[in-house]
Amino acid sequence: MNNLFHELAPISDSAWAEISEEATRTLTHFLAARKLVDFNGPIGYDQSAISLGRLHALDAQPLEGVTASSRQVMPLIELARRFQLQRSEIDSIARGARDADLDPLIDACRDLAKAEDTIVFEGFDGGGIRGLATASPHQAIALSEEFERYPNHVARAVAQLKAAGIAGPYAIALGPRCYAGVIEATDKGGYPILQHLGLILGGPVIWAPAVDGAVVLSQRGGDFELTIGQDTSIAYVSHDADTVTLELQESLTFVAPSPEAAIALRYPA
Amino acid sequence: MASEGYHEPVELLSPRTRDHHRAIVSLMEELEAVDWYDQRVNATDDPALAEVLAHNRDEEKEHAAMTLEWLRRRDPSLDEHLRTYLFTEGSITGIEEAVEGGEADDGGGGGPDGSLGIGSLRDAGLSLSPLS
Repeated sequence: MNNLFHELAPISDSAWAEISEEATRTLTHFLAARKLVDFNGPIGYDQSAISLGRLHALDAQPLEGVTASSRQVMPLIELARRFQLQRSEIDSIARGARDADLDPLIDACRDLAKAEDTIVFEGFDGGGIRGLATASPHQAIALSEEFERYPNHVARAVAQLKAAGIAGPYAIALGPRCYAGVIEATDKGGYPILQHLGLILGGPVIWAPAVDGAVVLSQRGGDFELTIGQDTSIAYVSHDADTVTLELQESLTFVAPSPEAAIALRYPA
Repeated sequence: MASEGYHEPVELLSPRTRDHHRAIVSLMEELEAVDWYDQRVNATDDPALAEVLAHNRDEEKEHAAMTLEWLRRRDPSLDEHLRTYLFTEGSITGIEEAVEGGEADDGGGGGPDGSLGIGSLRDAGLSLSPLS
């Protein structure tokens, strides 16, 4: 038995398979950062930190004449999102039901994916993580509701990255407000804005529900790294006569060795 | 001279298969050399010769490891198995039981660690853009 305690759950093999499949499908749909940044891992549940390769000089000395420094590390953050499923619904899967109510699982997947993407794009002060949009030294490009102007905004972002010596191809993560506008809009010649963005960037256009506005980032590699310790897993927590309590879990951290390789596009406050 | 180890007409084999064949045959030769040196080290009564032979034997192990790594990087199935078994402790067959038992007992995960096995989604064909 591992740390997920599946063997203790009153869940049949077929129901576990259905729950896992639904979770994978939902997470794959919502997760955006994993489509755009370098991925390190999974390095394992037992891993607690990654090395930053730097030293922090300590004021204290173990002995006169001998200095001491501590190695700097970035601790992994554990995320957990608990949810409950009705046992009657779980049991119905074993009987062949194809419409079991797994909405609490889907809600949990949406939340966990949004949490992971928020950490990567916007950062997480409580965990000491700077997101790629917030760590960028470039001034954010102001967005408007004139979606036909989006290619201009994105072209400016790409030009700024090029001027900073950041090679392409480039990608864009579109927040919900941007996405809705871009997907519907065409430029003056009737050409879809979405296609136009792809031509400017040379890389993917990704729907990213956790992003505030949009972020343009290089896809050359080596600039942004998401480290996963325990990849997203479903753990058993408890059960009673009517419900089973499960938990979506993962451990992660994020570092941006080259924060200048991204630029945020923001709506005015 | 062409390799005599082919079991199918070489013209039917892709460049990838031929390269894998080269690497596998090289790995076999390196491990065979390790075995031969090992026996010679064991058989000789001359300590100086045994020292030289042991040195040569251990160099072959380095060559074997490099070739194995080349194969691992190109063979996802081999990569998965090596990740499962290498650098572990305890019963090796117990690891197989744990892995296969875990797969058979519940459908709770796509990864060998019981996770959903999502990993990186780069190049997953999920972009909105037709260019990626």
